[in-house]
Amino acid sequence: MTKEDIAPQVHDFVAKFLQGAEFDDDDDIFALGLVNSLMAMQLVLFLEKEFAVKFAKAELKLDNFRTVERMTDLLLTKLQPAAN
Amino acid sequence: MAETLETIGVVGAGVMGTGVAQNLAQKGMRVILVDVAEPVLTKSRDKIGQSLRFAGMMGGAEEDSAEEPEAIMARITTTTDYEALGAADFVVENTTEKWAIKAAVYPELDRICRPEVVFAVNTSAISITRVGGVTQRPAQVVGMHFMNPVPQKPLVEVIRAHHTSDATIATAQAFLAKMGKKGIVVQDFPGFVSNRVLMLTVNEAIFLVQDGVSTPADIDKIFVGCFGHKMGPLRTADLIGLDTILFSLDVLYESYNDPKYRPAPLLKKMVAAGLHGSKSGEGFFKHLTAS
Repeated sequence: MTKEDIAPQVHDFVAKFLQGAEFDDDDDIFALGLVNSLMAMQLVLFLEKEFAVKFAKAELKLDNFRTVERMTDLLLTKLQPAAN
Repeated sequence: MAETLETIGVVGAGVMGTGVAQNLAQKGMRVILVDVAEPVLTKSRDKIGQSLRFAGMMGGAEEDSAEEPEAIMARITTTTDYEALGAADFVVENTTEKWAIKAAVYPELDRICRPEVVFAVNTSAISITRVGGVTQRPAQVVGMHFMNPVPQKPLVEVIRAHHTSDATIATAQAFLAKMGKKGIVVQDFPGFVSNRVLMLTVNEAIFLVQDGVSTPADIDKIFVGCFGHKMGPLRTADLIGLDTILFSLDVLYESYNDPKYRPAPLLKKMVAAGLHGSKSGEGFFKHLTAS
């Protein structure tokens, strides 16, 4: 899977989580006020379920989940650890 | 009073008790977490484990320690046996906000705990003076209204009851300092400071929805965008739980016999319909609930 495959999935998923909020893939959803830290935990739990991955404690930093791009990058490392 | 505050009794393992236990363990104290129901204790442990995993993502007062979650968890003992509280240096009581329950719990704590131990009543509604009255140590009973989520909230509303001593207030502040928090001391009067204002604000926001003046999203936007609040009153209500909001308004209404605390009919209707906010999946907003 490539970034081009995953990013739209992540975008749709986050948009659904945020009940149709509009944002670009490089928008900081925390800075925009769309997500607070309480919701962030829910978002991560849903991402883990949706993509069948489990993030390590060290990966659970807000910075990794600020934008769709960053979430996508992190998911890619989890989904294909051996590639590239 | 130069007592040590190393082993802390936490009574009640609901949302608040769980948060208090986690915070204490993260700050290196040993915790005896007591609840009458084993399944509640199991759920509480699971919740703490998950919160520790996410500690690095949470802002506020909570620091992400380098310590492994397992090491922190190891400081928490859970039990259904109240007698275990005999080892506690300080007790934080977080049982359900119902007088009948507090009235039954405090004589037990009074019998089991050492005479010098201070009891902190974690409540947003119950009179601390009344709690003191069912113990033989009213000077050592103090209110602590913790905010949720406990580990991330740096301030606590501390309530001085009629008989609470200066030494007890000093112990309470020392205890909160060990938790990484500060207490703001207020007098014991129904709703204290926080709920007396917050509940009226939330109730009036609900009247605005009921009267068709605005939508929940727009009402909250005015508070967030204009006043710089982190969260508007209706999302706050969803987070607290609409059933809890209604309960708190009922307590204020009964306490003051003042019609300004009458709950909005829309609030009563939503609670009756099971729309309890984020915990039920829907209140003024829709919420996704993780499995």
